[in-house]
Amino acid sequence: MVSITITIGLKDGVLDPEGRAIESSLNNLGYHEASEIKTGRLIRFTMDEADHARAHQKVSKMCETLLVNTVIEHYDITVEDLIEE
Amino acid sequence: MARIAVISFPGSNCDRDIITAIRDITGTEPNQFWHKESTMPRQDLVILPGGFSFGDYLRCGAIAARSPIMDEVLEHAWRGGYILGICNGFQILTEADLLPGTLMRNRGLRFVCRDVVLETHNSDNAILTGLNEGQKLRIPVAHNEGNYFADAATLKKIKDKGQIAFTYSGADQDPNYNPNGAIDDIAGIVSENGRVLGLMPHPERKADPIHGGLDGRLLLKSVIEAAS
Repeated sequence: MVSITITIGLKDGVLDPEGRAIESSLNNLGYHEASEIKTGRLIRFTMDEADHARAHQKVSKMCETLLVNTVIEHYDITVEDLIEE
Repeated sequence: MARIAVISFPGSNCDRDIITAIRDITGTEPNQFWHKESTMPRQDLVILPGGFSFGDYLRCGAIAARSPIMDEVLEHAWRGGYILGICNGFQILTEADLLPGTLMRNRGLRFVCRDVVLETHNSDNAILTGLNEGQKLRIPVAHNEGNYFADAATLKKIKDKGQIAFTYSGADQDPNYNPNGAIDDIAGIVSENGRVLGLMPHPERKADPIHGGLDGRLLLKSVIEAAS
């Protein structure tokens, strides 16, 4: 079993109105050092697959077919061994 | 008599409105299909109505675009069939790769619900033949993700191929004429073969005298006639 984390964000050059609103709010609170704020989405799940490369390949396919809109979004996949409690 | 299908997904909420409009225009009942159905007899026009399919989870239209019925809709498109996607239906068409680009969150971060003025372009496209070039239509929008976006290369391609169907018209000097920040004021586009139309405004909400206008009925009538 492996643990999968997919981080999805907007590509550079795509307007992120939510990020801009958060930035404006942080600036209003006095955090002027915060800039270029981008929002995104995190998807986590476990997968019955031992081989990391194979898991990565399968998850890439999931991203391309459903999880990510590649017109405006980019994604990053992390595969880790699942540590049983 | 045109065979018209209306597809409903969990969360579609304009399916009854479009069915009522079609009934008024054609005098016949459209065929209704549920997203889980995997067969659809041949149709002349398939309509994907507005709403919030699957609660807008993941991305607007993303899950609906992978529903079982969509295989039939794709086959209908490949056969050269006519398709109309309204609002969430437009989002589903972009997610299904039947139309280029995507619909992003409104620039103003607010749900927008009001009349807009549309200008018709490239009316030589098959699905727009009943409309005149430059024709203005007053039809309401109601959406949170209607901000049309396409990368520079895609945008150039859809312009070169005459795929822009409607833009928000700024002709009456309203500084807020574009309700959502859509690139180049794009409100609706057609496929390369001119038979698949997606638009954010709701023609079915200006389709009866009680709505305060009939511009939407005009648009629907011309789409139905083109598909017949």
